This record gives sequence, structure tokens and C-alpha cells, in this order.
Amino acid sequence: MLPDDAAAAVPRAASTSFADFLGAHHPGLLPSNRTLGPVTASTDASHLAPHATTIVSLTFPGGVLMAGDRRATMGNVIASRHIEKVFPADRYSVLGIAGSAGIGLDLTRLFQVELEHYEKIEATMMSLDGKANRLAAMVRQNLPMAMQGLAVVPLFAGFDTDRHLGRLFSFDVTGGRYEEHEHHSVGSGSVFARGALKKLWNPRLTEASAVRVAVESLYDAADDDSATGGPDTVRALWPVVYVVDGAGARRIPERDLESAAHTIIEARSAAGREA
Amino acid sequence: MTQQFYVSPEQLMKDRADFARKGISRGRSVVVMSCRDGIALVAENASPSLHKLGEIYDRIAFAAVGKYNEFESLRQAGVRYADVRGYSYAREDVTARGLASVYAQSLGAVFTAESKPFEVELVVAEVGHAQDSDHLYRLTFDGSIADETGFVVMGGAADAVVDSLSGAWSSDLSLPEAVGAAARALRNASRPQADGTQPGVPPLDPSVLEVAFLERDPDTLRGSRRAFRRVGGPELENLLQHEQDT
Repeated sequence: MLPDDAAAAVPRAASTSFADFLGAHHPGLLPSNRTLGPVTASTDASHLAPHATTIVSLTFPGGVLMAGDRRATMGNVIASRHIEKVFPADRYSVLGIAGSAGIGLDLTRLFQVELEHYEKIEATMMSLDGKANRLAAMVRQNLPMAMQGLAVVPLFAGFDTDRHLGRLFSFDVTGGRYEEHEHHSVGSGSVFARGALKKLWNPRLTEASAVRVAVESLYDAADDDSATGGPDTVRALWPVVYVVDGAGARRIPERDLESAAHTIIEARSAAGREA
Repeated sequence: MTQQFYVSPEQLMKDRADFARKGISRGRSVVVMSCRDGIALVAENASPSLHKLGEIYDRIAFAAVGKYNEFESLRQAGVRYADVRGYSYAREDVTARGLASVYAQSLGAVFTAESKPFEVELVVAEVGHAQDSDHLYRLTFDGSIADETGFVVMGGAADAVVDSLSGAWSSDLSLPEAVGAAARALRNASRPQADGTQPGVPPLDPSVLEVAFLERDPDTLRGSRRAFRRVGGPELENLLQHEQDT
């Protein structure tokens, strides 16, 4: 626990990354160190674990918002109606996961500890770009698992406290990091959600209207993608929505989401259209 | 071949302890105080960035006196220990008791085996959901560990600070009251000729104080599971000004 010699103390103290520390001292605890054996074209483990699907995120003046539906699927079976796929990463950022749910949850937990660890060691917060880069590195480390069908694709949003605006990042399985503008969506229902976002988003949204836009785009995704769950009025399950602004990240309360969902459902029923 | 002089183990340990004690007594004092709303940590520290008080985990904080590089390496090791433990088990499985015993082992090993003992004294504080479950573990340079109740004072003028605090402390102080009491005790101890009640005593100076709270109920106060919060700038000035007026 204490440095053996003075020369080793400096490099060890210099690393502020929790994931690097785990990799060096407890490699078995890293999610990326669990592999399913050699990668071959025929190994496909995608049917082994539940999949989390659609995440949408959009910016509005003064902040950014992220929302996820509540469904996880395994093949044609609904594995969960309660799963949460959007999480606060730290005070000023949130992330959502699409893809293999188990890997995504582990990645989220590691990322949360990574940010908190940096903050405690350095006595300052990591920059938003730094956070996005760390997340990209973690996604890249999962590449062998992604090759075997257990891919996870996060969406990351946060408030940049230097520039005073909400920013949005998407990733691919190779760890590519792409800054998105205005809005973005990942997961199997994302094509439908993105179509809705294109029509509903405008640069003058307020926070409340941004929540409505996010819920409506998830509604459209659920309409056409069987792996995305819509608002569940029977069980009173609504999407998980987080807003990040200058005051930090906070979860939108259920009652607001319930009224947003009911407004959308009523408007759609009243319109009397098939699609 | 040079002949080694024989030094008895008693003498060796005594010399090392004297050396470490001397190093610690040069530093300024730190007060860690359990009270109604949580645990107040107050240090005399002129630097705004080289902290003597630090966060370890959700409900656990660290306070130290002595050599900065030595206690900073211990603090970082403690953060790593706590984060690995919380990540591999669960957040509730990280306890001050576990951390304190790891520190005790490390300090003890350095005291007996290394060429120089650590010149540090530490407190590992854990705030409980009720005051009965607060923990203050005090660790000294030789790895001995003590479970304290109420408050702990470490550093140079520790005895004088304890004297002036023992009258002021009670278990139902609020956090600002505890900070005020600790700040007064630290100031009185550093200027032994001045009496707190006499006029002309210099005001409580926020620029030489480092203050942090472990709040008992951070979830309802700030919507965070992290109980540690630094108090500085205008908030600290207000708090000490208010204390000065009353």
C-alpha cells in the first residue's frame, strides 16, 4: 500500500485514473478483462444477455437533456420493463447506454468511480472533454467483447462549466468520440427517434418543452421499434430523464413525465391517424 | 568491515518516536469535532490549495498534521483503497474502521522497518446517521490507533487547544457553532497571552483557516451521497463574522 522506494512513488502518485490503478493492481476487476475466449467469426454472444435500446439526448439553451426508455430485450422476449439506462456520471454530466445491458451497467459504474476518484485525488473536477475521452478509452477496451456481440454504445452529455453550455458526445465500439450538435440518439430505435427529433427540436426550447420533445421522440421510437418500450400507463412507468445545466444534473420527477406522456398520448388519439 | 554500534530496541524506538513527535509538533493544529449536524474539520492552514483535510469516501474524511508529502501519499492511498473496495464490493462496505486499520498497519510497518518514521498524525472520521454512530479514529506515527469520542486535536499546540475546547464543546452544537468554537480555540492557543473574552483580540481570520464539513444528511441537504463539503470564501467569512458578533 505504501511505496516501496522513492523512485516508484512519483509515477504511482502521478496516475489519477482509477481504471489504470485497477488495471495495474486488480486487473480481474476491470469489465474489459473478462473475455469469452478467442474471437472467431462464429462466436456470437449477443443472445446471452439483455439488450438496452433507445437513448435520446438534446441540447437546449443553458443545458442538455438525456432520456431513455425502460425496456430491455433478449431476442424476442422482453427481459425487463423497469431497466434504467440513463445515469448521472457526476455532478455535471450524465450518460446513457445502449447495447449489452450488463456490460453497459459495469461500464457506467467504473466511469462514475473514475470521475469521483479523479476529483478526490486532484481536488478539482475533470474537464468535460477529459470525461468524454476517458469514456472513449473504456469503450475501446471493450472492443474484444464487442467483436463477440456484446457491444455497448454510450451517449454522454454534460454541462461545460468553462463554456457555459450543454454538450453532447457519441461513441462507436472502437472508441471513436464524436461531438454531436443539437441532438442525437443511439440504440435500435434511434433511427425513428432521430426522425422525430429533427422535426420537433428547435434552438429556442425551454427545459419543459425539451422534456416533452424527448418523451415524444421516444414514443415514436417505441411505435416502430419492438425493442423500445413506450410510456406504460398500466404500470405507471415513464422514461428516465435527466437534465444537466449550470446547477448540475437532476432527474425529472415522475409526475412531470406522466403529464408529458399523457399529453402526447391524448394528442395522438385525438389526431385519429394510423401512422 | 565497520562494526555496528549496539543500540537497544527500547532506545531505537524511543529515538524514532522523539524524532516523529518533534516533526509533528512543528506543524499547526487541526481540530476534528463531532456535533449535532455532522462532523466539523477545522485546520490552521495558510495555503488555499495544499489541503490538510480531504475527502476519502461518501461519509469518510481525512485530516492530518505533519509532513505534507507523507500525509498526502497516505490520503491518496486511502482514496484508492476506499474506491477499490467500494467498486468491488458495495459502497456501504467502505468503513472508517477498515481504512483506519490499514493505515495503522502501514504506519506501524514504516515506523519499525523504514529508515525514518512518518512524521504524521491522522484522523479518519466517519459521519453516521446518528451521532452515536460517528467514528473518529486517531492514528499516530507508530501505527497506534485510538477510537475517540467528541473531538480530536492534533498538531503543535494540541494541549492548549484541547484546554480551551473542552469547555466549549457539547454534543448538540450545530456545524457553524462547532467551527466557531474550534476557530476560537485555535486562535487562542496560537496566541497564549490573549484571552478570548478580552477586547483587542484579533478577529477570526478566514484566510488562515481550512474548514470542511461531513454533513450527517447530505442526501436531503444537497441530493448527494457524498457528505464531505469544503467551506471557504464568502461562506466561511460569513460564518466567522457571525461567530465574532455573538
